Amino acid sequence: MARELDYRRVMEVLGSREQFAQGDVACAYGAILGGCDFFAGYPITPATEVAETMAVLLPRLGCAVMQMEDEIASLSAVIGAAWAGSRAFTATSGPGFSLMQEGIGYACMTETPCVIINVQRSGPSTGQPTEPAQGDMLQARWGTHGDHEIIALAPASVQECVDLTRLAFNLAEEYRNPVLVMTDGEVGHMREKIVLPAEDEIELVERCPPTNKPGAYVPFRAAPGSVPEMASFGTGFHTYVTGLTHDERGLPATDDAEQHTRLVRRLVDKIRDDTERLTRVEVDSEEGAKVGIVSYGISARSAAGAVRIARAEGRKINHLRLISVYPFPERAVRDFANGLDRIIVPELNLGQICHVVREALEGEATVERVSRIGGEIIPPEEIVKALIEGGEQV
Amino acid sequence: MKKEIRICGFGGQGVILAGVVLGEAATRAGYQAVQTQSYGPESRGGAARAEVVISSEPIDYPRVSRPDVVVALSQAGYDRFGQDVADDGIVLVDQALVKAEGVTSVPFTTTAEEVGRKIVANIVMVGYLGALIDVVPHDVLESTVLANIPAGTEDLNRLAVRAGRDLWLSNEGGNNGS
Repeated sequence: MARELDYRRVMEVLGSREQFAQGDVACAYGAILGGCDFFAGYPITPATEVAETMAVLLPRLGCAVMQMEDEIASLSAVIGAAWAGSRAFTATSGPGFSLMQEGIGYACMTETPCVIINVQRSGPSTGQPTEPAQGDMLQARWGTHGDHEIIALAPASVQECVDLTRLAFNLAEEYRNPVLVMTDGEVGHMREKIVLPAEDEIELVERCPPTNKPGAYVPFRAAPGSVPEMASFGTGFHTYVTGLTHDERGLPATDDAEQHTRLVRRLVDKIRDDTERLTRVEVDSEEGAKVGIVSYGISARSAAGAVRIARAEGRKINHLRLISVYPFPERAVRDFANGLDRIIVPELNLGQICHVVREALEGEATVERVSRIGGEIIPPEEIVKALIEGGEQV
Repeated sequence: MKKEIRICGFGGQGVILAGVVLGEAATRAGYQAVQTQSYGPESRGGAARAEVVISSEPIDYPRVSRPDVVVALSQAGYDRFGQDVADDGIVLVDQALVKAEGVTSVPFTTTAEEVGRKIVANIVMVGYLGALIDVVPHDVLESTVLANIPAGTEDLNRLAVRAGRDLWLSNEGGNNGS
């Protein structure tokens, strides 16, 4: 059954198409406009407003919101809801994201479409609850154990909280994989004007339903690098779901090396092979520059400020903003760095994505970092200083 | 045109709401605006700070770098942020709550009490700031205030935002330093 958004009803609940809204609230709007019909979560600063907004809005659309006992249960509820046919998500911050790692791996292995919003705050541990950070960027990629691929997006504005959360729901369904929206306490609590999409801009991509009849349907059968058809529970098809290595029927096949290899390679390749298609970057380049910035999320706003200041001083500098962070847009970053001597990576951590950039460039350019932790976002002047004097070593 | 405003006080004074109203009013008046905030883990007390950048151009860096106006509604807020303004920047402090030299001391709290309740001191301040920065028409500011306050408090808040504006106007531009 094709899913359509009841746009008129949704907008009655969301209110005016133009609003001065907070990033967390915008994520909730993006989820609802992305067809979300289930939310489970556990409150945590600075992500609580996502849950609060969902708790107010979603029941008015006839859908359920569950406050769970913790973050492990939150993602588990989301995974269960997804198998029951829902477009489901949760939202959390660092400590909760750590607890969700097991569920993320389970969702990868069982190919469960789900969205997780991480409004990053300063860690490790409970750290600085009310302060923004970008310290979970490598955990987003490798936090759960075992080989897997992940899709992650990084909004740099409140508008992008709407747009990328919407996109996350479609990608989760299409690839049957967890999709992470890696925002932060600054974007999450920032307010800007947003414009919600018009009815003709709404498109809901759905998981591919079974093309076979019940009995002939094989739940995890798919060609290498492709996504299997998905029958939701209660639709008359037999499905067995396990985090154990499983055969095409979904039944455990844990001592079969060939089976494991085929399954996990497919889970990885279905995303890795589509890196170009999943790549979203914004490039601001000019002739003759020798230095570039690779940024993402809130630090991209600092970087854009640095570009403005540097150019006003007559300096040449290029800027690539990662909108999709994983699968890492290696080719786009390599193309951007072509002809540049130095790449500066500003982050609210002590160096995370800078390592991924360095690996992608394979020595083509020197990678330097501008690192800041403690709560304040990076002033543009700090990036300009790194442009002139060099940044910290990666 | 670009205006950078920083409002600081303690949690519970409505510092962040004041920033939200200013930012939203600016977007309603057709400008670009970003409002950011920082606060401690306490729900009341502790330092609270709201920042608003209003511009006729798109805004990249969302924080205030060189504030045109700093408003301090607490002594701690003034002590921490009161010195950090642009060369021609203005520092406003609440007459009843902050002791400081060489700044503009404004009776936000006292005016709020005259209007009816001390709790609307932040809205008095919004009215004052709106008139001072003179970017957003008062009627837009007033309707934005009314859209952001609890139902049943419209009259009190309308009086407060108008009293704030009048305070600025009657002080002939507020050049009545303390």
